[in-house]
Amino acid sequence: MEFASRRYAEVAVASPIGRIDHASADAFRLALEPMLAACKAGGDCVLLDFSQVEYISSVGLRVLMLAAKQVRAQQGSIVIAAMQPVVKEIFDISRFSFVFEAHASIADALAKLSPAALAAYQPD
Amino acid sequence: MRIRFWGTRGSIPVALTAAQVRAKIAAALRGARGKPLATDADIDAYLDSLALQDAGTYGGHSSCVEVETGGPEYVICDLGSGVRAFGQAALARHGAVPQTYHVFMSHLHWDHIMGLPFFGPAYIPGNRIVIHGCHAQLREAFLRQQAAPSFPVDFSELRAQIEFVTLTPGQSYPIAGMQVTPKLQLHAGDSYGYRFESQGKVAVYTTDSEHTLEDLSATAAFVEFFRAADVVVFDAMYSLADAISVKADWGHSSNIVGVELCQLAGVKRFCMFHHEPAFDDADIARVLADTRRFEEITRSGAPLEVLAAYDGLVIEL
Repeated sequence: MEFASRRYAEVAVASPIGRIDHASADAFRLALEPMLAACKAGGDCVLLDFSQVEYISSVGLRVLMLAAKQVRAQQGSIVIAAMQPVVKEIFDISRFSFVFEAHASIADALAKLSPAALAAYQPD
Repeated sequence: MRIRFWGTRGSIPVALTAAQVRAKIAAALRGARGKPLATDADIDAYLDSLALQDAGTYGGHSSCVEVETGGPEYVICDLGSGVRAFGQAALARHGAVPQTYHVFMSHLHWDHIMGLPFFGPAYIPGNRIVIHGCHAQLREAFLRQQAAPSFPVDFSELRAQIEFVTLTPGQSYPIAGMQVTPKLQLHAGDSYGYRFESQGKVAVYTTDSEHTLEDLSATAAFVEFFRAADVVVFDAMYSLADAISVKADWGHSSNIVGVELCQLAGVKRFCMFHHEPAFDDADIARVLADTRRFEEITRSGAPLEVLAAYDGLVIEL
């Protein structure tokens, strides 16, 4: 798994690439850590850009659950966007759709999180 | 080897309500409009065309699973409320002719022991009941459940010869013509899974077992325990999201983790078990359909057959 990040105003965008499974979940967790630390009331929002995630296993979903719990405790906002159809199905079947606010696209998510971030957004 | 399910519900027995039965009948009658139903064969054909959740039920007895090997001795896993029906069937077959029953206990929580006072063969002299388990309190748990004021018939009034045998996890035992290996599992007060091997067939019974996904070595140990099994009967009580959040530490697992472990282990059949008591038949059918789809979209090798256990299901291995 590769990991990229970028920022639009106060929205930090995390973009994992490839498979998030037992081999890569820990790297994903470590990559998210600093972004989650800053995701709190009055601080950053985190947007998980899943457009390049091909698959996520239970171990990867556990990383997302821990992230959601941390952010909730910090009164921050974390959302997910642009899931590929297979990953969306995994979310639905595992009932993670009830855990994460999901958006069809990055623009949709930014529109919900921050007008400033949406204004700064430059689609690839 | 054959696996026969006598009780498949988790935590507490449940029963269909009158309203649920009426809804099934009404739906079946509506679906029958315009279909040929003049003969009994027509009616049977129509009923056979309906899904289990429409023409039947997954059932409501708590855990009891029979492992048939073709040998002279009976083998069952757990003594939930399903063992009452098993006992009736055994008595109908043998009458008072003495039999030997080997029982393998996952653990001693109420829903897994509650059937023994209603197990007919336990009251008949000459029968031998060997209760195997890994808990030190094996005998104590059964004596206590029948002690006053909880039950009117004391354990001492059971006329069968009842033996308690303590097993060691990880050790393999020759019992009833099989090799039986228990494994420690994560559950309040501990639970144990069992791997049964006989004549080239392998069945794994693993219920009331939580997988926290924190420790990769624990996952690897379960993959080895399940390795190349013909069937894994698996505690799939919760969704993954529930199992690792609001119901973390409740001691149960999910359909997602079950499929993943079975895929890694090269298992042939994954059988969901210990159904959530709050689920009705439509809920369980929906989980089954979802799980089959999950298996399909995550498959990388041979297909894994996905089943949802119901009271009365028989799986030929």
